Amino acid sequence: MKNSFREKIVGNLQGFLVPIAVLAVWQWLSSHAIVNPQILPTPTAVLAKWWEYLMPMEAYNAAKSGYLAWIFSGELIRDAYSSLYRVVVGFLVGASMALPLGLMMGANDRIYQLFNPLIQVLRPIPPIAFIPLSILWFGLGNPPAIFLIVIGAFFPILMNTIAGVRHVDSIYIRAARSLGASQTMMFLRVILPAATPYILTGARIGVGTAFIVVIVAEMIAVNNGLGYRILEAREFFWSDKIIAGMFSIGLLGLAIDTGMNRLNNYLLKWHRGIESK
Amino acid sequence: MTVQPHIRISQAGKVFSSGDREVVALEDINLSIASGEFICLLGPSGCGKSTLLNAVAGFSLPTTGEILVDGNPVQSPGPDRGMVFQEYALFPWMTVEKNIAFGLEIQKQPKAQIKEKVDALLKMLNLQDFRDRYPKDLSGGMRQRVAIARVLALDSPIMLMDDPFGALDSLTRRNLQDELLRIWMEFKKTIIFVTHSIEESIYLADRIVVMTYRPGTIKKDVSVTMPHPRDPSSAEFNDLKKELSLLVMEEQSRHHQEEIKTPAAD
Ligand SMILES: Nc1ncnc2c1ncn2[C@@H]1O[C@H](COP(=O)(O)OP(=O)(O)O)[C@@H](O)[C@H]1O
Ligand SMILES: [Mg+2]
Repeated sequence: MKNSFREKIVGNLQGFLVPIAVLAVWQWLSSHAIVNPQILPTPTAVLAKWWEYLMPMEAYNAAKSGYLAWIFSGELIRDAYSSLYRVVVGFLVGASMALPLGLMMGANDRIYQLFNPLIQVLRPIPPIAFIPLSILWFGLGNPPAIFLIVIGAFFPILMNTIAGVRHVDSIYIRAARSLGASQTMMFLRVILPAATPYILTGARIGVGTAFIVVIVAEMIAVNNGLGYRILEAREFFWSDKIIAGMFSIGLLGLAIDTGMNRLNNYLLKWHRGIESK
Repeated sequence: MTVQPHIRISQAGKVFSSGDREVVALEDINLSIASGEFICLLGPSGCGKSTLLNAVAGFSLPTTGEILVDGNPVQSPGPDRGMVFQEYALFPWMTVEKNIAFGLEIQKQPKAQIKEKVDALLKMLNLQDFRDRYPKDLSGGMRQRVAIARVLALDSPIMLMDDPFGALDSLTRRNLQDELLRIWMEFKKTIIFVTHSIEESIYLADRIVVMTYRPGTIKKDVSVTMPHPRDPSSAEFNDLKKELSLLVMEEQSRHHQEEIKTPAAD
């Protein structure tokens, strides 16, 4: 027992070895001016910038705002919030269109044949390729960005939902039919839950795509958000801020993925592949 | 209100055609089953046992002839004929309790009544400790208990069982056979039970229907009159076992011959 606890600690510490080594080499390279610090600032400089980016810009003034509002008034927090907001709205809109369509296409061959050709033509177009059209249609600001995210989230969820419904093991359908299940019961209590592993995989890919798209969209169509901020920093040659922004994007992506993973484990606690702990 | 279930299969045939190949799975099957009878369909694999059972269940209707249950032709699956599959076919996203309750929820029975019935079934099949577990956490024997409970919940007069214990180890198998016999006697079910185990069929059935291989026909219809519980080491048991072994072996070797002639089959 104790032994495995120690092994666990050692294992966790091992995980830090490579990052620390990379940071050390990086620090050494840039502090000894082997690499121009304009191009590659030291990790400590990046961290300092990140802190500055995170913290509120003005001093706390109780007359102007509450403490909580003040704490969250830093530029990084506001950017992360804007990006996350776009991802969430775009994802929800995309999912709420892809899910019903996917369920219908998976369950009904006529509907599948009706929609499939159009989908096969649109699906290979990278969401990024919709940028010019989205700006033409929606101008600048949130609408074009969210439009792009909707597209990015839509197709993975759609394709996986169709596959999920089509792969429902016929033995469940037969069992439910012999128990006397109506069409509605069959759909809601058998086909939908049986397809959830696929649907959630689609949702996860969809969120991932949405996150890529939001950064690109912000570089082009919006003037806030994490994607905008690192592009803005480039104009001022703030390489420390660019790198700090990139790490922030990475952390937000990690947080989103962890959240999706938790949701996945919760919804699929019945599933064979997952340890029930 | 208690109409006696009575299954009548007359001149039933089933041909599967895939492309240019035709498989005569069933031919001229005639069988009358009285209410409360325990029938085993016995034969080597591929002789049409499942096809016949699925026809009675209504999953795949015969291409010729007809099947009547209480005088009504079978047209589709229904809760009057509960089905137990070899692969259990429990819904993995439902707990044990929910699996058993599902048929009752379909019938929109009141919640309290559902709970009462499910509680009784959990108790009867020794599943109380597994109420909130998911099927993936259960052993094969436990899963098949849940599948039986799910069918019993519906009060169907007829139970159709497709080699339900085929995948279980022999001890668990014997346990479940005894339990099934207890249930059969208590609830006076009509049971059609598919198996390829000669011993299992003698241990369980009132009547053993031995089937031939391609086309699937009835080779012999044997009544078993030994009282329960039956002793597999008794002389009577073993005499019958020998007799049935010969019949099944004949079909098994025909299966073999056929495979040698057409290696692409199956
Ligand atoms: N859906 C099907 N399509 C074509 N042939 C089938 C199909 N189902 C069963 N068969 C054939 O019918 C015969 C009887 O099959 P089955 O009823 O499953 O036998 P058993 O249950 O006795 O092993 C077999 O030769 C099998 O290959
Ligand atoms: Mg079979």
